[in-house]
Amino acid sequence: MKIMWQRTGAALAAWGACQTAYAEYAYNLQEPASPIASQVFHLHNMIMLVCLGIFVVVFGAMFYSLIKHRKSVGHQAAHFHENTTVEVIWTVIPFVILMGMAYPAAKVVIAMKDTSNPDMTIKITGYQWKWGYDYLNEGVSFYSTLATPRTQIENAATKGEHYLLEVDEPMVVPVGKRVRLLITANDVLHAWWVPALGAKQDAIPGFIRDSWFEADKIGTYRGQCVELCGKDHGFMPIVVNVVSEADYKAWVEKKKGAAASAAADNGKTFDQAELVARGEKVYAANCAACHQANGMGLPGTFPAISGSKVATGPIDAHIEVVLNGRPGTAMAAFGKQLSDADIAAVVTYQRNAWANKMGDAAQPAQVAALRGGAEAAAPAAQ
Amino acid sequence: MSLAQTDKYYLPQPSIWPIVGSVALLFMAVGGTMLMREIDHGGWVLLAGMAILFYMMFGWFREVIRDSEAGRYNKQVDSSFRWSMSWFIFSEVMFFAAFFGALFYTRVLSVPWLGSGDTMQQLWPHFQAAWPTAGPGLSGEESHFTPMHAWGIPAINTLLLLSSGVTVTWAHWGLKKGARGQLILGLALTVALGLVFLGLQAYEYHHAYTEMGLTLGAGVYGATFFMLTGFHGFHVLVGTTMLIVMLGRSIAGHFTADHHFAFEAVSWYWHFVDVVWVLLFVLVYWLI
Amino acid sequence: MSDVAHAHGHDEHGHHAHPTGLMRWLTTTNHKDIGTLYLIFALVMLFAAGSMALLIRAELFKPGLQLLHPDFFNQLTTMHGLIMIFGVIMPAFSGFANWQVPLMLGAPDMAFPRMNNWAFWLLPVAGILLMGSFLLPGGAVAGGWTMYPPLYIQGGISYDLTILAVHIMGLSSIMGSINIITTILNMRAPGMTLMKMPLFCWTWLITAYLLIATMPVLAGAVTMLLTDRNFGTHFFNAAGGGDPVMFQHIFWFFAHPEVYILILPAFGIVSQVIPTFARKPLFGYASMVYATASIAILSFIVWAHHMFTVGMPAAAQLFFMFSTMLIAVPTGVKVFNWVATMWRGSMTFETPMLFAIAFVCLFTIGGFSGLVLAIAPVDIQLHDTYYVVAHFHYVLVSGALFSIFAGIYYWLPKWTGHMYDETLGKWHFWLSVIGMNIVFFPMHFLGLAGMPRRIPDYALQFTEFNQIATVGAFIFGFSQLIFLAVVLKTVKGGAKATSKVWEGAEGLEWTVPSPAPYHTFETAPVVK
Ligand code: HEA
Ligand code: HEA
Ligand code: HEC
Ligand code: CUA
Ligand SMILES: [Cu+2]
Repeated sequence: MKIMWQRTGAALAAWGACQTAYAEYAYNLQEPASPIASQVFHLHNMIMLVCLGIFVVVFGAMFYSLIKHRKSVGHQAAHFHENTTVEVIWTVIPFVILMGMAYPAAKVVIAMKDTSNPDMTIKITGYQWKWGYDYLNEGVSFYSTLATPRTQIENAATKGEHYLLEVDEPMVVPVGKRVRLLITANDVLHAWWVPALGAKQDAIPGFIRDSWFEADKIGTYRGQCVELCGKDHGFMPIVVNVVSEADYKAWVEKKKGAAASAAADNGKTFDQAELVARGEKVYAANCAACHQANGMGLPGTFPAISGSKVATGPIDAHIEVVLNGRPGTAMAAFGKQLSDADIAAVVTYQRNAWANKMGDAAQPAQVAALRGGAEAAAPAAQ
Repeated sequence: MSLAQTDKYYLPQPSIWPIVGSVALLFMAVGGTMLMREIDHGGWVLLAGMAILFYMMFGWFREVIRDSEAGRYNKQVDSSFRWSMSWFIFSEVMFFAAFFGALFYTRVLSVPWLGSGDTMQQLWPHFQAAWPTAGPGLSGEESHFTPMHAWGIPAINTLLLLSSGVTVTWAHWGLKKGARGQLILGLALTVALGLVFLGLQAYEYHHAYTEMGLTLGAGVYGATFFMLTGFHGFHVLVGTTMLIVMLGRSIAGHFTADHHFAFEAVSWYWHFVDVVWVLLFVLVYWLI
Repeated sequence: MSDVAHAHGHDEHGHHAHPTGLMRWLTTTNHKDIGTLYLIFALVMLFAAGSMALLIRAELFKPGLQLLHPDFFNQLTTMHGLIMIFGVIMPAFSGFANWQVPLMLGAPDMAFPRMNNWAFWLLPVAGILLMGSFLLPGGAVAGGWTMYPPLYIQGGISYDLTILAVHIMGLSSIMGSINIITTILNMRAPGMTLMKMPLFCWTWLITAYLLIATMPVLAGAVTMLLTDRNFGTHFFNAAGGGDPVMFQHIFWFFAHPEVYILILPAFGIVSQVIPTFARKPLFGYASMVYATASIAILSFIVWAHHMFTVGMPAAAQLFFMFSTMLIAVPTGVKVFNWVATMWRGSMTFETPMLFAIAFVCLFTIGGFSGLVLAIAPVDIQLHDTYYVVAHFHYVLVSGALFSIFAGIYYWLPKWTGHMYDETLGKWHFWLSVIGMNIVFFPMHFLGLAGMPRRIPDYALQFTEFNQIATVGAFIFGFSQLIFLAVVLKTVKGGAKATSKVWEGAEGLEWTVPSPAPYHTFETAPVVK
């Protein structure tokens, strides 16, 4: 019986796949690439078919009646209005059918929830609006943001093949390994989802919730944030590159090298032009989503930086806003996300761009000092 | 009960009070928001709304009392009042249930989660889950507080409220057997007990804020503590006000031995407030 | 159903001079006036929230940002959801209850006519607070109708206004429900036992109970949001020992029963309409009552099926999965009973019957997609995708909204004294059914393929189905102008309606003249 359902399901799915004029245009769940995703795929097919069967029977009867028992064909109304036997039957049969669905479903629930014995663990943090990845065993960390250019979004350029589903730094994992995910968020709720891998988990600030997947096949899998997280909720995709064990090792080595050179920057002193140039990039990647590329913000929601009292006031206060954020507002603490050099750069950029002509510069060392100070006298988080 | 054929159900004439009440709530909502968002004159708008609301309550209740004293409310109407008051109290029970639910959830689920497993290791490495708590991540004043203990003012308040339940019942007996003196004395005692309760609670809050560091912001303990006891206190205030009205009406000679639902409604309400307090006393003050 | 020995509907009134003009409507204590006010309010709000939906669909016609800024898009989504639920469906059902419950029970009016007026006149206040916030800096709320923190904590002034509007709507619903329950329990005509009541009264009795049980919980939840936003509490902040997920639990404890609040009166309306046009008594009256009650009871223990992805323990997932699946049993009983009522009847297909038949069929599609979502592992794939959007529009649009259309066509002749235009009614029906399916059926495929909900822009592989849906939305939306025309035309004039209106109609409301006089059943009829 079960095999039959699965076959029919697969046949339906294949039919769906045939309809595709373009590669990914289909009528069913995405092609599974992990054991859990394929169990869910079959479960869904089975339940869909049962529902379809019931639908045909019930509405077959109804439409028969609509055609035969109409006044215009001279049908006289009968007068029955209850029948305990049939009422009991149509209470019990659905109940039995439901039990038949509940059993396989429960097995998948238990398999999904079993996150034990992972081969590796990755901590994933949702931010407005990007994802942070920390490979706990390898010590690799990075952020992953949307790579689709604004021009495509604003219809000024033709849209690429992976429009909105492409990132600057994809998550990379080896094929055939049990990957455990520790998912959390920094500001508001987000949810991490890659359909083909069958893993979806809400990211909840202040709590770690776990999930797992094991990719069957080498390839690139794409997903999106699926919990409303504000303005750019539609623009925080997820890309997972599943690679061979050897490629994975090589990737880890490369990442470690990059991290070392970034750390070295924190000890340097830059001149203002360098900082402004670097800061412009940091600003575009981290701040422009809210404060806008022109520094004008969005009235009523995000303040303008151009002409802001903070960006034209004492430099330490400015750095502190960026380091610690403004609790209770969308302005997050960037201290943990950005390096000292990046914070110095973005602050310098903000103070010298648009209408702000401060002419001064912040240095990484200054940021480092304020970090220490901020820790000691942290304002009450509220 | 179904309608009797002879007895007419009293249908009031068109009334301006509901729309006055709507205007009042509009002012209060706008004024309250302005106040919270620190927009100038919010307080005045809020006050205007409250004034209109009081005007509405005054007018509406006066109309109802007049109808009642004019004998327009027959048994059927009386029975409507009974149903509606019961359902209203049920809705109040559910309102408190939301906050008791929050207390249960944090104590039994979320605080232990914060202090164990990956959540603790990755995010809050130094947190030890225990109740009461201000949570793992607050700093400064909000994180240091002394919890409120049961065996001081709260225990006295429990005694006060329980006795007030007795006095209001005693007053009711008086009303039923036509002893107006007993009715008035019983009500007066109940009002007095309610007022003393409120006074003590105000003192307790003051003490909590000034000396114990226990504020609304003191983590989830402070939040649940003040929301539960605060909403309860507000209900005591409303109940006491209604009792005062009943006292006034009793002195003015209203109510008869078999027609006094307003009085009964208030005493039901008062008993409900009592029961909530007992739950509060056990769950919020005692079991910590 | 029940025979009437003594019906009464003459107008011997004029005790006092009633106010006229605007003051009549502001101060009215008449259940029919108030019913009309509710229905007008719902109609206006339908066009407001529907226009927002059309804007949403217009933006989603093509990938890329065309018309709307993403933040404004979120405002539209949120307000569309809030207003459709609290401003359209609930008030419309209250309007039906006000008109019909006293007429069906043989009561002279609602139990508390003044409170009835207030319950209505609070709604425009809430409406002003909600819609007004579009004009404020920062715009309206954009955090989803589900109001999840911490996103909700971040927002500006409109978030506070919305919270207070929710309080006010809750107050209105509680007062309205107390009134309806009391009327049903206390004001039935002699002989009208509970088990003789028309099913519409039963479904409203149970709905009112659900409202009184859950609205205060919602009020509590949004109160905590308000204090977290403005008074420094930490209910939903982990740093203070709270939990954002706690809000979801409290919210869904309200909002799952809420979705049955949105469908039980619809069941009631359909259970009145189908027997009339099948010319055959409702099949399984008693089991309908028990099924309604079972749905209501079960609805309190299934809430976390909206939260399968928050990371609950497996045991909790299993519990909520099983309990949710169980709801299919009593709902199935209803569907089967309706089909059995039609079986061997003598059916005609006037517009109300057409909408009722479409309701049975399309609501079931929505019910089945609900069942698919109830299966936790499948829901984990489909949660927060367009599959969910497809599910709830099938139960809300072809469910709740279609039942409202059915009820309006069914009772409008009784209310206005005129027959509606049957041809226009049929046009409205066919365009609506076809349009509705074109909008929402493709959304199942979008969800399966992985399109998240609440996004203003999407990846290229979702384009075709979105285009189909948008075309459907405009067909469906503009067909509602026909509805508007039919209603206005019927109010103005048309063929005189008899007091029975429909050949197969049964019940007290059909014993009074059409239009129903201002005061009915001042002396109670006796039901045998
Ligand atoms: C009128 C409103 C209404 C109604 C009646 C329902 C009915 C049901 N709903 Fe739905 N639901 C919503 C409104 C409604 N829902 C809304 C608004 C949301 C989204 C909220 C948001 O996130 O914004 C939602 C979301 C929602 C979810 C969460 C999805 C997610 O976000 O991930 C789930 C999951 O379990 C669910 C399940 C169900 C089920 C099992 C029913 C059942 O009651 C259906 C029962 C009916 C049938 C099954 C059909 C008839 C039965 C038969 C013919 C008998 C034989 C059948 C069998 C044996 C299978 N609903
Ligand atoms: C009863 C409830 C109800 C009803 C009837 C509808 C009706 C419609 N809904 Fe709605 N919808 C919800 C409840 C409802 N919806 C809820 C709860 C949500 C979730 C919100 C959230 O995520 O928080 C939602 C979300 C939602 C989305 C998802 C948005 C997103 O996730 O980003 C979409 C997208 O297509 C949509 C579309 C529609 C359409 C096209 C209609 C159509 O049926 C509308 C038909 C249109 C009309 C009836 C208007 C007619 C107007 C004119 C003809 C113009 C003339 C104008 C004037 C005269 C002023 N809805
Ligand atoms: C998610 C949206 C968001 C992002 C991203 C963001 N900000 Fe902000 N920012 C805000 C909000 C909202 C405020 C206003 C806070 C308040 O109301 O006090 C703010 C305030 C500020 C202020 C103070 C302005 C003033 O006049 O008060 C500065 C400076 C600032 N942000 C810098 C930055 C920098 C630098 C970045 C990037 C590294 C950044 N912001 C990213 C939302 C954001
Ligand atoms: Cu992050 Cu949606
Ligand atoms: Cu639900």
